Amino acid sequence: MRRGDVSHPYLLHEAEIVTRVQEAPDIFTLRLRFSAAARQRDYTFQPGQFNMVYLYGVGEVAISIVSDPEDDLLYDHTIRAVGRVTRGMAALRAGDYVGIRGPYGRGWPLPQAEGRDVLIVTGGLGCAPVVSVIHYILKRRERYGRLIIMQGVKHANDLLWRERYAEWARQPNVEVIIAADQGAPLWPWRIGRVTDLFDQVPFDSERTSAMMCGPEVMMRVAVQQLLARGMNEADIHLSMERNMHCAVGHCGHCQYGGKFVCKDGPVFAYPQVKELFGVRGF
Amino acid sequence: MPKPKNKQTDPPRYPLRYLARASLPALLDSLRAAGYRCIGPQLKEGAVVYAELDTVEQLPRGVHDQQSPGEYRTQASEDERYFAWANGPQAIKPWLFAPRESLWQVARDEHGRLRFRETSPQVTPLAVIGARACDLAALRLQDQHFLHGAHPDPYYQARRESLFIVAVQCSHTAATCFCASTGDGPRAERDFDLALSELNAGYVVETGSQRGASVLAALPLAAATAAQRDAARQQSERAARLQTRALPGRNLRDVLFANLEHPRWDEVAARCLSCGNCTSVCPTCFCHAESEQPALDGAHSEHVREWDSCFTQGHSYIHGLTIRAETRTRYRQWLTHKLGSWHEQYGRSGCVGCGRCMTWCPVGIDITEEASAICGEGT
Repeated sequence: MRRGDVSHPYLLHEAEIVTRVQEAPDIFTLRLRFSAAARQRDYTFQPGQFNMVYLYGVGEVAISIVSDPEDDLLYDHTIRAVGRVTRGMAALRAGDYVGIRGPYGRGWPLPQAEGRDVLIVTGGLGCAPVVSVIHYILKRRERYGRLIIMQGVKHANDLLWRERYAEWARQPNVEVIIAADQGAPLWPWRIGRVTDLFDQVPFDSERTSAMMCGPEVMMRVAVQQLLARGMNEADIHLSMERNMHCAVGHCGHCQYGGKFVCKDGPVFAYPQVKELFGVRGF
Repeated sequence: MPKPKNKQTDPPRYPLRYLARASLPALLDSLRAAGYRCIGPQLKEGAVVYAELDTVEQLPRGVHDQQSPGEYRTQASEDERYFAWANGPQAIKPWLFAPRESLWQVARDEHGRLRFRETSPQVTPLAVIGARACDLAALRLQDQHFLHGAHPDPYYQARRESLFIVAVQCSHTAATCFCASTGDGPRAERDFDLALSELNAGYVVETGSQRGASVLAALPLAAATAAQRDAARQQSERAARLQTRALPGRNLRDVLFANLEHPRWDEVAARCLSCGNCTSVCPTCFCHAESEQPALDGAHSEHVREWDSCFTQGHSYIHGLTIRAETRTRYRQWLTHKLGSWHEQYGRSGCVGCGRCMTWCPVGIDITEEASAICGEGT
């Protein structure tokens, strides 16, 4: 037994909530800093990776990291209060403490996508894992070509960060397409399914990498649309979500066929998951 | 000619020895003298289970077992043998991968500061007596899962490193055994410190490690005679020959995943109770759940893990959604993982042919029958 070993795979580290931002009635962002300065200094991650975030006395949840990897001072988690632990976390305030271990998993293939166009497809309530990609690319604009952001929501009122999308749309070489199944007064974007809008953003299938997250039904349709437009399977990447307890490939909950989403994912190239993608029950 | 450098040296080969049954207590004494707590099979509440073993008198002398899908019975006999049965519901797994264990504790002070502290397992070196070939095959798979990744499990590791294994070569086969078809038995060929073949009056002893040889040093052993060696080999061969069940192939991965909509999944789901007994007795199942146990004082909490099962409602839960809400998808998850996905994860099937899942299934679902129905006989 390696007593006191820092590599104990399950042990958490205390982190302080420096800032808390209420993004929507049930969505909030925690900006965190490890209490131990050395841990904060040494902490590095890739966009698309996640941490296990612990609420005292309640438990842990896997949450994607949305901040920029080069921000040495803080790291951010945007959380939707939907389960037992996240509903409890919604009550946390700046100055409170949580436990953190991570980062875990494989992130987005951002180095491999350098020099290429990037097409982001996301659904649901402003999907945090791809927000990290958008920020990453906008901060390093010269390394990437076109950035196309396609976001679908059920209802116009579900769109988080409206101003942010508008701001992104004003950046050079960035296109933003947002579609809501149901609109609302003054909705400046489109009505319908985002996956029906690929014809409106012709892309060069040879030089475009797609990165997507959101409901699997949406991702399945998007994959079919992209393949129909000549994109290579290997250029399509998607972030998967499954139940996670340990985050290190031991507890078995996140298995997706032979893959452990926690360590083989959460970001997969489409060929890695296509055999089971869309099969109910896996 | 100069000898080549870095010449591979073969592991030392130890001669086969013979230990009279009357001297078996000396083996326990020698293990204890070497610092091991002995764990061995005992008849408790009608089943052969592994528990702390103080004397050979506790071993299940003359006990035979009769197993069939959904049924396990022991019978007493005049037989002098201690190991004249196939297997019980458990063997090594619970001693390494604890059914329930604390992973860490946290203290919260009046300012809300959190102090995390890992819990260290109380590890006394264990000697497990009576491990079968299927149990050793399962042990290798659990080692791969818990130790050979990027994050070795420190609890499993601590116990594994101090484990001493006295295997017992199977002389009896249950109707539920099919280790010959998975290639995992009935003879244990490796990963033991000592292996016993039980004969009418004593044991042919194989040595598998230097530790094993040291434990034997003080024992009154003789060289095994040709007749004893033959008898030991023949009873293993007989145990293999008597097996009637078999999986329809060693690698069913592709055929299982090509048959995810086979009508048999509905048929087996109509019988399966989704109780999780099969995963509890399976020596390779590794799923576990973590949960939090806050103390009433509001200042302490403990994080605990315990065995979980893919047959539970909670296993596939994510934020408001259960991915496997019905028994059909749970059974399919279990079987496609056990006989399919394991090949991707660990290079072989996750089934070692012990037959426990069918014996301890309350409705007697037979994994070999289900696999054959879905995969066909001739794969």
